[in-house]
Amino acid sequence: MADEGPQGTKRDFLFLATGAGLAVGVGAVAWPFVASMAPDAATVAAGAPLDVDLTPIQDGQIVNVFWRGKLIFVRKLTEKEVTDMKAVPLNQMIDPAPFADRVKAGHDRWLVAYGNCTHLGCVPIGHSGNFEGWACPCHGSQFDAVGRVRRGPAPTNLPLPPYVFASDTKLTIGEEGGKAVA
Amino acid sequence: MSSAHATSTYVPKSRAAKWFESRLPLVGLVHSSFVAFPVPRNLNYFYTFGAILIAFLGIQIVTGVWLAMHYDPSAANAFESVEHIMRDVNYGWLLRYAHANGASMFFVAVYVHIFRNLYYGSYKAPREVLYLLGVIIYLLMMATAFLGYTLPWGQMSFWGATVITNILAAIPVVGDTIQSLLWGGYSVGNPTVNRFFSLHFLLPWMIAGVVVLHVWALHVTGQNNPAGIPIKSSKDAVPFTPYATIKDVFAVVVFMILFAWFIFYQPNYLGHADNYVPANPSVTPAHIVPEWYFLPFYAILRAVPDKLGGVILMFGAVLILAFAPWLDTSRVRSCNYRPVYRVFFWVFTANAIILGWLGAKPPEGGYVIASQICTAYYFAHFLIVMPLVGLFETPDRLPGSILETVTGPGKQVSGSGMPAGAAAEPAKRG
Amino acid sequence: MRIALLAAAGLLAAALGSTGAYADDGHAPNPPREKWSFAGMFGRFDQAQLQRGFQVYKEVCANCHAMKLVAFRNLSEEGGPGFSAAQVKALAETYSVKELDDSGSEKERPARPADRFPPPFPNDKAAAAANGGKAPPDFSVLAKARTYERGFPWFVFDALPFTSYSEQGVDYIHALLTGYEDAPKGFEMPGSGYYNKYYPGHVIAMPNPLSEGQITYPKDDKGQPVVPETVEQYSHDVAAFMAWAAEPHMMARKALGLRVILFLIVLAGLLYYVKKQVWKKVGGEVHGLQPELHKTY
Repeated sequence: MADEGPQGTKRDFLFLATGAGLAVGVGAVAWPFVASMAPDAATVAAGAPLDVDLTPIQDGQIVNVFWRGKLIFVRKLTEKEVTDMKAVPLNQMIDPAPFADRVKAGHDRWLVAYGNCTHLGCVPIGHSGNFEGWACPCHGSQFDAVGRVRRGPAPTNLPLPPYVFASDTKLTIGEEGGKAVA
Repeated sequence: MSSAHATSTYVPKSRAAKWFESRLPLVGLVHSSFVAFPVPRNLNYFYTFGAILIAFLGIQIVTGVWLAMHYDPSAANAFESVEHIMRDVNYGWLLRYAHANGASMFFVAVYVHIFRNLYYGSYKAPREVLYLLGVIIYLLMMATAFLGYTLPWGQMSFWGATVITNILAAIPVVGDTIQSLLWGGYSVGNPTVNRFFSLHFLLPWMIAGVVVLHVWALHVTGQNNPAGIPIKSSKDAVPFTPYATIKDVFAVVVFMILFAWFIFYQPNYLGHADNYVPANPSVTPAHIVPEWYFLPFYAILRAVPDKLGGVILMFGAVLILAFAPWLDTSRVRSCNYRPVYRVFFWVFTANAIILGWLGAKPPEGGYVIASQICTAYYFAHFLIVMPLVGLFETPDRLPGSILETVTGPGKQVSGSGMPAGAAAEPAKRG
Repeated sequence: MRIALLAAAGLLAAALGSTGAYADDGHAPNPPREKWSFAGMFGRFDQAQLQRGFQVYKEVCANCHAMKLVAFRNLSEEGGPGFSAAQVKALAETYSVKELDDSGSEKERPARPADRFPPPFPNDKAAAAANGGKAPPDFSVLAKARTYERGFPWFVFDALPFTSYSEQGVDYIHALLTGYEDAPKGFEMPGSGYYNKYYPGHVIAMPNPLSEGQITYPKDDKGQPVVPETVEQYSHDVAAFMAWAAEPHMMARKALGLRVILFLIVLAGLLYYVKKQVWKKVGGEVHGLQPELHKTY
């Protein structure tokens, strides 16, 4: 390099700049191809956080909502159900979870849980079974009022989706910690 | 280029042939590669699996292109269009069963091919590049098979795709992005089956391209053989045509009998009953099991409690194959002359089979522990056994020539299968 | 290397051992193996049995279970129940299907042989709502969608010529239909559902659909029943019908397979001798090599 003098440096720069330009061009051409594989605008829009108005939901009522193609139960627990669910000893559960883990603090009248049985994914029937909750018509699993599995073959509790209470009467599914989940 | 081309004895005769050959020496190339090419005369039938694999690549591409004329790659219609092929398209059932079982047969053949390679030390110098191209073909085959299995859009298609794309999410930093680019949504769905179809159509042509390189590399270094020693004189070799050609054709036809048996009499034996249930995102099959040819790797994946660790080991199990030429320290290629390593080879083979069996079992209790032991042994074979045995083993005496392994030592043989000077030591090292 | 072949076969076999999947968490016993006319290399459907099976499906199962991939025309196609085209046309006309008229509103018209069997419920949700929350499964390919595991070494025999067996699906269907019984002592039944010995988990939403003498089969010339009108017979017949529905070209497949395999064996034999002839010139053993060999071919 030192032997080549200013002429060489200028040429190196020219080569480098051209190479960089080509690389930028290749990258720019590749970008639309990669980006086109990402979830499209319609899918993204359909997957945005979902607001659920809680005002029309009566005590004890279960409402089914769909978010990102998955069924979600929104259930307003009665006072009795809250008391009963708090009283269940953990050692009577297949997948032990205290009541406080199943609801949001300050909103313990509301259960929001995915609505597919954790055994083979059937949809359990609400207000049936022996635990004030759901019974699965496929293989007989039973869940209690806060979606904890109480009778097999289902191995785990109904999972909880990400959600926040936007207000006391509005629920936003798909949002956590102030922003939409990916 | 290489010795392989030095053997070309093709001389164009007609004026037209001379005219063409002086502009593009295509006939000479084919002649030198598939007619005059010197083949070690001691090859056994395990060496016909390359030809069988080429036959299956052709079968899969042809049946696949024809199936694509009837198949509808959408989540709503894929399952029904496959059943439409099975029920209404003339010979549609034949095309589809040939394609589905062809994939399994392709893997049967590739595993024989790979284990033949490992037994006779064909991965060693000077065939490292040839071997690496083979590993790339194997990876592309696995990707193609996985993509293809999702296309009927049955329960196992859907959940297999879900499980495999979910493990990609364990890759740090880029995992989620890769997953989302594969899905085209928030889960496996219509965009996924669309792009999987497109990629499933693309990859076989890439395989075909790498196969051309693989065969090219083979003709540069020459073939290894059960003795693991190079061709030293023309007496060690026979010309590819007719000797290897007729043997390959015979082997391909015999293998087709097995293939035909599965197509016509056990077409669903190698598949999953669950895949005749249409894909349902909210219903999970009781056991999600991949196709049989992925089971050893599936066992490795599940042997590790940590998701990322499992993914690393699973990919590592395939990639470690690529390092075999440098991990094996023995100067002797063939296990026929390696009394100690030969035992380890069979233990390794048995271990791989056991891993396959474990991959099909539920991941609980003793199965998990067994998977962990077998996984550890799988890696130990490459990382410990291969380097160490080569250093300490005393190999048996190698034969003086390939000819000697066929005729017995000291026999005088006049003449040669090859024209004089044609087979001048294609494999120069070792 | 012979061991390698065995090993490879073992790998294949071990892997296959558990490819069959159905919900077996309830530790249901394996269904007993039945005799099927269509099993094995030379198996053929029994036309009379398929016709009876169709009758069972039509009179009992079709009230809840759709068969949406099967068309009326299939019933008269080769290798099937062997109804005549006229019978199929007459049968189709007893059903009605919906289509849009010129004003865009739905109207009904009699079905044609080209139409598929109309489903009992307009969609899956309606089917689930009418059946206690779970839609009855479609029957079109159900015989291939059910199976049970036989374990090592039996699954190896299932793959081999002369002992090959792929009728696990119909075994299961037959077992399910005959598997209703009282729950054993100590088995806790949930609020709804019925006990079935062979159903995974044993609690099935479907009540026992068949009873003795429920379906009147066609009689022979003397007015005598050709086969007994029993649950055992009904469930055999309907399972056979479902096997055909799932694999309508099975007979053509097996017939072609025999020809293909015989052809390949003859071809392989010829090639073997050609190969021997060719290799004789260099002799795998002691023959001398001829320098000009490759030029003679």
